[in-house]
Amino acid sequence: MDNRADYLKAERSAEWREALRKTMKNKERTAQLRVHMPEAPAQERARSYVEVNSGLTAPIAMKEASRCIDCPDPTCISGCPVNINIPKFVKNIERGEFLEAARTLKETNALPAVCGRVCPQEKQCEANCFYTLKLKAEPVAIGYLERFAADYEQNSGAISIPEVAPANGMKIAVVGSGPAGLAFAGDMAKLGYEVHILEALHEIGGVLKYGIPEFRLPNKVVDVEIESLRKMGVKFETNFIVGKTATIDDLREEGFKGFFVSSGAGLPRFMNIPGENLVGILSSNEYLTRVNLMGASRQGMDTPVMRGKRVAVIGGGNTAMDSVRTALRLGAEKATIIYRRSLEEMPARVEEVKHAQEEGVEFLTLNNPIEYLGDDKGKVKQIRLQKMELGEPDASGRRSPRPVEGSEYLIDADTVVVSVGVSPNPLIPQSLPDLKVSRWGTIEVDPETLQSSIPDIFAGGDIVRGGATVILAMGDGRRAAAGMHQYLQNAR
Amino acid sequence: MNKVVSKRQFSENVVGLDIEAPRIAKARRAGHFVMVRVDEKGERIPLTISSADVQRGTITLVIQKVGVSSRKLTALEPGDMVHDLVGPLGHATEVKKYGTVLCCGGGVGVAPLLPIVEAMKAAGNRVISVIAARNKELVILEDQIRAHSDEVLVMTDDGSYGRKGLITEGMESIIEREKIDQAVIIGPGIMMKFASLTTKKHNIPSIASLNTIMVDGTGMCGACRVTVGGKTRFVCVDGPEFDAHEVDFDEMLSRLNGYKDEEQKADQEYSCQVDKK
Ligand SMILES: Cc1cc2nc3c(=O)[nH]c(=O)nc-3n(C[C@H](O)[C@H](O)[C@H](O)COP(=O)(O)OP(=O)(O)OC[C@H]3O[C@@H](n4cnc5c(N)ncnc54)[C@H](O)[C@@H]3O)c2cc1C
Ligand code: FES
Repeated sequence: MDNRADYLKAERSAEWREALRKTMKNKERTAQLRVHMPEAPAQERARSYVEVNSGLTAPIAMKEASRCIDCPDPTCISGCPVNINIPKFVKNIERGEFLEAARTLKETNALPAVCGRVCPQEKQCEANCFYTLKLKAEPVAIGYLERFAADYEQNSGAISIPEVAPANGMKIAVVGSGPAGLAFAGDMAKLGYEVHILEALHEIGGVLKYGIPEFRLPNKVVDVEIESLRKMGVKFETNFIVGKTATIDDLREEGFKGFFVSSGAGLPRFMNIPGENLVGILSSNEYLTRVNLMGASRQGMDTPVMRGKRVAVIGGGNTAMDSVRTALRLGAEKATIIYRRSLEEMPARVEEVKHAQEEGVEFLTLNNPIEYLGDDKGKVKQIRLQKMELGEPDASGRRSPRPVEGSEYLIDADTVVVSVGVSPNPLIPQSLPDLKVSRWGTIEVDPETLQSSIPDIFAGGDIVRGGATVILAMGDGRRAAAGMHQYLQNAR
Repeated sequence: MNKVVSKRQFSENVVGLDIEAPRIAKARRAGHFVMVRVDEKGERIPLTISSADVQRGTITLVIQKVGVSSRKLTALEPGDMVHDLVGPLGHATEVKKYGTVLCCGGGVGVAPLLPIVEAMKAAGNRVISVIAARNKELVILEDQIRAHSDEVLVMTDDGSYGRKGLITEGMESIIEREKIDQAVIIGPGIMMKFASLTTKKHNIPSIASLNTIMVDGTGMCGACRVTVGGKTRFVCVDGPEFDAHEVDFDEMLSRLNGYKDEEQKADQEYSCQVDKK
């Protein structure tokens, strides 16, 4: 850690940083107001799949970057799960060195264009910004700036492909191609390993492709990152389910020396309340997969999707927001979030909640479904809701909801999307009886190296954490790469 | 991409395709299925592996034309490619020596039944197969079923072949005659419902292989959920076979019809396109 602090200090005293700090008084810097992200108008976008945030222009990004006072003790970094050197990249934007800014991001973040769009910055770096902590003012828009630098690089055509060490002749398999797997693959390829990513679905990207919608994270942004990995020599095989198409033992026989399991937390949870299997009630995974992976909303695609008029989405996470906003885009007249706590406790990114509100989503907070009623064809028609009130904070620090007796009432709905969480994918644990898993089905790993109870198997991302975030998954991928590299070098 | 190497026409609407998939051919057991996406625009649909040839590295799928995807598949010719093929999925059938096994297949359900008939016979069971179809043209794989059964009874609704009557009548006639230790039931939802009521009446342990709507086939979406013994189960990962007497077939039937409107529309659009060509 000391090394890291020294390193940051040394970078901060680089000549150009010293000079840049002098170009403007701190008073002037802090007097500027935070930028607003340019957005597609709510009325228009709510019916189309265009990306909602359109990104900052260069002059605006430079101006926003000039708000950052380049603190001697950059607390923002401590809020970042992968310790991006935030002041360095921000100052590079301020001085117009956008490609250098992107390179800084990539020192520690394999997918900056993705993270700039989907990270909960308000809980991470921006929550720890000097402005937030000391000035009680709006933080520097670190997330917007991250996206700006990463997009600039993607659009410049000058994407830096990291240098790859000479091949060391060792074959490594990655199970699952979400952010954890992609980040792991990048680092291992750099070290000279032959990396094969094996993916169960027909597309690479995990949740980034099948879950998060186009209006929030365009597929082409993800594809650029995948292409970079391909150029680094990473091999991709889709339609390959490890544990089914071939077992880990089969793969060992084929010469694979190490395995990184990043198979995610893809299993939808239901609430097990009466009527939940009626037609018209589906998981957010099914709903989003039909639209995002199978293209159900596009002309000429074979996969159908329910185009409800009155759509209710149960839950308050990002997945719930993505589902309810997708419902609007599929033509819903009324799209409602039903959440058992209040707006404040919602786990979704603040920006997604705001966007949903602007687009006309109705929020029924402090409400919980207890039963679904169907018509004579077995299709959902109504939801019986129960009002909730907040009690004491629970283990997660959120105030736990409890039902209000006698408060039940009915609302109409023809489509219900259940988005109340996910469980770890059991395929790999099921196929490896010796693998240690927790009570919840997550794989147990060493917290430093991410090695599992089977020495040549490492694991990270949602399969270890349960449903978490893109940045945490990615950070795991990178730590596991370091862990596995060390293990394989020692084993030699 | 997986190549179609040969094709057989079982009837006007039922086609068998041998498709290159060496890993799946090696790993699969009776009862397993695959998910197929025929082209870039296609749905992912589940199809049971009817048989496999490890040497040749192929699996055989038997497909009945019902909607857009199955029509696209049945239109493939040797040399054509299937865009995506993944598996083997689901739990394999529990094959062991039960004694006498009654294998009941309705319509295109005879295709997934075949590997089970084969495996049950190989495990030393006496195998009696009842295969049923609406009419003579729709009876498939009779010879293959015969090759692995001690006795075969063919039923047609209209009496155009075999014995006239529903599958349940054929089943009853055998159950009356001899002791059955285990039944296996595969076919359209409605046939499975009544076939399993029949075996329930006679207290014969039965398994049914369910054919719900699926999207991913890996446990990720829950489109395939059914109620079995009062609990929600995912057919793709918990099944596809379940204790037939515990399955809520009525719920399954109504869920199977969930996308009827959308499918009909797609079907019409597809037909129009084909007509235009
Ligand atoms: C709709 C939605 C919105 C979200 N929004 C945000 C957000 O805004 N910000 C944020 O930070 N996080 C968000 N998340 C969470 C985030 O996407 C996940 O935490 C992250 O993707 C986890 O990454 P992963 O690599 O562990 O797994 P995943 O992305 O889940 O990838 C796992 C992959 O493994 C494959 N796989 C599984 N089993 C096998 C097997 N046996 N063989 C081969 N392949 C296998 C799966 O098909 C899948 O592609 C969201 C999640 C969802 C569902
Ligand atoms: S088909 Fe998606 S969970 Fe079974």
